[in-house]
Amino acid sequence: MLEIRNLHAKVGNTEILRGIDLTVHAGEVHAVMGPNGSGKSTLAHVLAGRESYEVTAGEVIYEGKDLLKMPPEERAREGVFLAFQYPVEIPGVSTTYFLKAGVNAIRKHRGLEELDAIDFLAMVKEKMKLVEMDQALINRPLNEGFSGGEKKRNEIFQMGVLDPKLAILDETDSGLDIDALKIVANGVNAFRSPARAMLVITHYQRLLNYIIPDYVHVIFDGRIVKSGGKALALELEEKGYDWLKAEVEVAQPTIA
Amino acid sequence: MVVTSSKELDTYLSDFELFEKNGATKGPSWIHQIRKAAISRFSELGFPTTRLEEWKYTNVAPIAKTRFKRAECEVNGLMAEALARATLGESACAQLVFVNGHFSRELSSLRSLPEGVKAGSLAAAWGSDPASIEPHLARHASYHDHAFVALNTAFMKDGAFVYVPKGKVVELPIHLLFFSTAPVGLAHERPGTAVVSYPRNLIVADDGSQAMIVESYVGVGTNVYLTNTVTEIVGGKNAVIDYYKLQRESEEAFHIATVQAHLDRSSNFSSHSIDLGGALVRNDLNATLDGEGIECTLDGLYMVTGRQHVDNHTRIDHVKPHCSSRELYKGLLDGKSRGVFNGKIYVHKAAQKTDAKQTNKNLLLSEGATINTKPQLEIYADDVKCTHGSTIGQLDQDAVFYLRSRGLDLATARNLLTYAFASEMVGRIKVEPVRAQIENLLVTRLHNGSRAEDTP
Repeated sequence: MLEIRNLHAKVGNTEILRGIDLTVHAGEVHAVMGPNGSGKSTLAHVLAGRESYEVTAGEVIYEGKDLLKMPPEERAREGVFLAFQYPVEIPGVSTTYFLKAGVNAIRKHRGLEELDAIDFLAMVKEKMKLVEMDQALINRPLNEGFSGGEKKRNEIFQMGVLDPKLAILDETDSGLDIDALKIVANGVNAFRSPARAMLVITHYQRLLNYIIPDYVHVIFDGRIVKSGGKALALELEEKGYDWLKAEVEVAQPTIA
Repeated sequence: MVVTSSKELDTYLSDFELFEKNGATKGPSWIHQIRKAAISRFSELGFPTTRLEEWKYTNVAPIAKTRFKRAECEVNGLMAEALARATLGESACAQLVFVNGHFSRELSSLRSLPEGVKAGSLAAAWGSDPASIEPHLARHASYHDHAFVALNTAFMKDGAFVYVPKGKVVELPIHLLFFSTAPVGLAHERPGTAVVSYPRNLIVADDGSQAMIVESYVGVGTNVYLTNTVTEIVGGKNAVIDYYKLQRESEEAFHIATVQAHLDRSSNFSSHSIDLGGALVRNDLNATLDGEGIECTLDGLYMVTGRQHVDNHTRIDHVKPHCSSRELYKGLLDGKSRGVFNGKIYVHKAAQKTDAKQTNKNLLLSEGATINTKPQLEIYADDVKCTHGSTIGQLDQDAVFYLRSRGLDLATARNLLTYAFASEMVGRIKVEPVRAQIENLLVTRLHNGSRAEDTP
């Protein structure tokens, strides 16, 4: 479904991704872990099409197509979804209003009929159960005054409504208490299917107790330095990132 | 400083003579005394230039140079449709329609005006009911230091008069609808065809009364014309006035407006000023809080594009203690448009415990748009709480990306955010049909605007 080859990206003059290689098949859940500043979130944003990151080398093939050539909205319509670490607050636009515009843009792209208000609301009601969203919440201006947990639930709720093939969750667990974390994880698990793939980006192993990954990758300094099964996450939890840093530095000694 | 050429002034002076000859002197003499004083003051003031601080960013030379003819009451073919779109229908208890400043009895409706409330032609009222008019007319909007108020006062012939008696609560809005029906065609191809109207309105809400007043200015046709309008609002003790001014003049039009509110103890005045039309627009909105415990809210929204120029000057005079004022103006500027905001809060020496807050926020949607914003506080009391602030920004790129990542294209994302910026002001409009009207105009404008942006 997704093939990332030698991906390099920079912001301004700072190179952040320095050769990412990653292959994700339908049905798989990949966890991407790493310390702060390692490039996890940059990877997520580059995949979603954020223009402030400049891709300097490499390619990303999604469903046989060149993902990097597509503007963000086309990626969304092709089935790529990013759950933001910091969802934006937009006063004056309700979640339902904006989401209906998104759903119909995506449906149109896929050759489906646009949903009318009644069908849309019926679908929304169904998806709200996914993360125990409150009706009042989605009628309010998008994320305005939402708690951290409400914002994250709203992201997963949107994922449910937009029905992507590839979901990228960028630190969806950050700032959540254990109850909120369980709700979010339940939502994500309900969404797993053989037709879908997920990239779960997280700093902590905690989330992976609830969302069990098929593969775990560790990003460090803009590269994937270690890949393994779910046991790798536990190892990281136990030992921290420092032992990996040491290992990487031994493997690739920096010239002083 | 008078730099207006004498020729330009002479045009107005001779027009005034003509105005007198054609019957202006036949009305009450006290009215005509005011007119004479005003034209004399205008001849001293001349048109303002950009060398005056109050007119620094707004050049009225195009108005000074144009030879305007006082407009006749011309009902043209486009009126019916324009009326249908602008009317508040059954939602208003009275609708007074003016065509080029002339009261149209046929188009007006006073169907459900509550007993005791007066609404009608000002000219009729100053003839039949001078006791209601004389204490107020031209007492509040000063023609001594504002050339356009002086001109309006000199040429005042008609407008709306609304009187709400003591303790009366008028549940439905009173709609004052001003159409400009300049003949279709370009003025510079047919010199001398530009017309001017001078609507003059007086709104008096007596002690303990409550009313909603909606003033709409609508252009029908495409010619150059000038609307020079003055509204005086008098709020008695405990009066509650909700005032709306919706400006949708034609795209070639000049619109110069002064609204002067004079408020008494414990009254509540809220103003909503919406500017969408006009080529060159200047609004002066002044509120004098002349009693304790007054609450004053000034809301404004201007949304301009192309080469439109809109200037909002507001002034709140805190004369007495314990009054609060809240002001929020938002601007959306696209194309090569220019906005000016100048908000003055003047706290007089006696006005202790004043609580004033003023905010001006602007969204620049294009490289070519400009805004000059200037909050001004003048405080002569020592125990007050006054804040002001202004912001100028572009659309939040994080938000644009967020929306695009959900499948919305760039133009839709921008429109939605632009709409969101303006919708706060729309949401504050309490008169439902007015809110619906403005919301529709906003959506239409955004939709049309997005087409140009689709092609990079």
